[in-house]
Amino acid sequence: MAEVILENLSKSYGKQKAVIDMNMTIEDGSFVVLLGPTGAGKTTTLRLISGLEKIDEGSVKIDGRVVNEEIPAQRDVAMVFQQYSLYPHLSVRNNLAFPLRSPILKTSKDEIKRKVDEVAEILQISHKLDNKATELSGGEMQRVSIGRALVRDPAIFLMDEPLSSLDARLRADLRIELKRIHHDLGSTLLYVTHDQIEAMTMASHVGVLQEGELVQFGSPREIYENPTSVYVAARLGSPRINLLPAAVFNDTPNDVHTLGLRPEHIAYGDGEDATVKRIEHLGDHTRLHLDFKGHAVTGLSPEGNPYTQGSTIKIKPVNPLCFNEAGNRITGRVA
Amino acid sequence: MSFSVTEPSSRQKWFAGTLVITYALITMIPLLWIMMTSFKTPPDSISYPPKVVYEPSLEGYVNLFTTRTRLSPEALAELPPPENFAEEIVRNRNMVIAGPSKFGGRFLNSVIIGFGSTFLSIFLGTLAAYAFSRFKIPLADDLLFFILSTRMMPPIAVAIPIFLMYRQLGLSDTHLGMILLYTAVNISLAVWLLKGFIDEIPREYEEAALIDGYTRFQAFYKVVLPQAATGIASTAIFCLIFAWNEYAFAVLLTSGTAQTAPAFIPTIIGVGGLDWPAIAAGATIFLLPVMIFTVLLRKHLLRGITFGAVRK
Repeated sequence: MAEVILENLSKSYGKQKAVIDMNMTIEDGSFVVLLGPTGAGKTTTLRLISGLEKIDEGSVKIDGRVVNEEIPAQRDVAMVFQQYSLYPHLSVRNNLAFPLRSPILKTSKDEIKRKVDEVAEILQISHKLDNKATELSGGEMQRVSIGRALVRDPAIFLMDEPLSSLDARLRADLRIELKRIHHDLGSTLLYVTHDQIEAMTMASHVGVLQEGELVQFGSPREIYENPTSVYVAARLGSPRINLLPAAVFNDTPNDVHTLGLRPEHIAYGDGEDATVKRIEHLGDHTRLHLDFKGHAVTGLSPEGNPYTQGSTIKIKPVNPLCFNEAGNRITGRVA
Repeated sequence: MSFSVTEPSSRQKWFAGTLVITYALITMIPLLWIMMTSFKTPPDSISYPPKVVYEPSLEGYVNLFTTRTRLSPEALAELPPPENFAEEIVRNRNMVIAGPSKFGGRFLNSVIIGFGSTFLSIFLGTLAAYAFSRFKIPLADDLLFFILSTRMMPPIAVAIPIFLMYRQLGLSDTHLGMILLYTAVNISLAVWLLKGFIDEIPREYEEAALIDGYTRFQAFYKVVLPQAATGIASTAIFCLIFAWNEYAFAVLLTSGTAQTAPAFIPTIIGVGGLDWPAIAAGATIFLLPVMIFTVLLRKHLLRGITFGAVRK
């Protein structure tokens, strides 16, 4: 458990810039989620911290110590990979014991057994300990690879989309499990995902990456309610934020170019006409797909859904997010 | 009649089976002939028409492993009765066993040189293949092509320079010289085959090991090597078969100390003509190690031939 600080971190592969001048402080005990689409530099950031990639410029500090020149083993980090991470020639028990047997940790036999049993208990894989790693289901494999990180007590846990290859139910279970483990151990975690639900539910801080740059860093609530740009606003929220040209509304100020409407920014029964194109009943809520002056708008129907397909309703924006032509947020204005 | 795309019809199966068996018979007849000859007596082995049914004899094997001296019938009669079957066979030809032949030593040379060069090829080949597979090496493709290009002409084409070089370096007729030579020929095959196998092992395994507290070499040793075992085994077979069977360089560069079995067997000359049963016996014994090695590792071998053809 330690604080990790990235200072002016940069990395490029040939001409391709993967990480650009990144500054970030991962506080001791925090759960930081890096969010961004494929190619935004999330995984590269993890690999730079772990030492699997060489740092071009800037530095990584773990627990106050610059680790740029250290090999991964010396950095005291644990990492969970997206896939392919169990050693196929070893049993589950030996997979879990592998980090403890490393020349750096040199744990005693009794201690290894105790820790492996303990972690197997937490992850509910005790009954599979003597199986070969290749005989497990996908979910079990991923739990074992998380377990291989947990048997140690590293400065920081790095997780690279650990849940993305699992089915929906297992993902939900493991999400809660990870959050609980983080809470119980008080460890520092850096977690990479493109799944916004994972970001919203688990993170204490979210960092949003855009083409190698950290564009916003803050609590999930801050990112959701106060995005600094169109790009950040589009990363969180389901259904996605509706982005409309400001011109569709009459009374918007001149410098506002785009309006961002989350479903809760739409009031019904007043304002201008929109046509209901489609209604999606999702059980706990109902989505309305509207056509508003030729633009598609997705909203949440009020309780009881009084609307039918093809009907015309009136909608009005309430406290929408305003963005200028460059896509940056303009605050302090009500359209 | 039903039609299936994947399942061959019984007629197709019958045809394919016949073809395979015919081919197997054609390739196996010379081997069978050699083994049969090794159990014939010298007169049977050169009789015309050739004998297919005959009384088996171990004379070929006895002649292979011994040197013999001819004695006069009177001297033979004075000897005590033969102590073993070998002595008995030799006495029937009016001879006695004078001592062991060179075959045992030559066979041992083959074992040392064959397995020694196989080990060295695999050791160097695995390290080189790992480096080519994992590290960014400047001009890696050109280097790989250069390594492959050493196989673009028959090795014997450079026999004269090698002969002169070996004479200068004092490597002629030494075990070390032959091991180095066969390793030099095999290393390109080993690097290319093993690179294919190591490419198939996902990097994530080693990266996980690096983060789990191991150095690059420890990760290679503990994670990559066990998973490359299949590839290493099949590559080893290919290397061994070449080094074991190599004839031309063995004849050219070895004559005594380091002479291998393939160079020695044709020099077995009997009294009053070629001793075909002894030569055949030498060939039969010579075939056995590779045959056993291949049968033991045949699953790996098959995968070795088709490597890279099917990706998971």
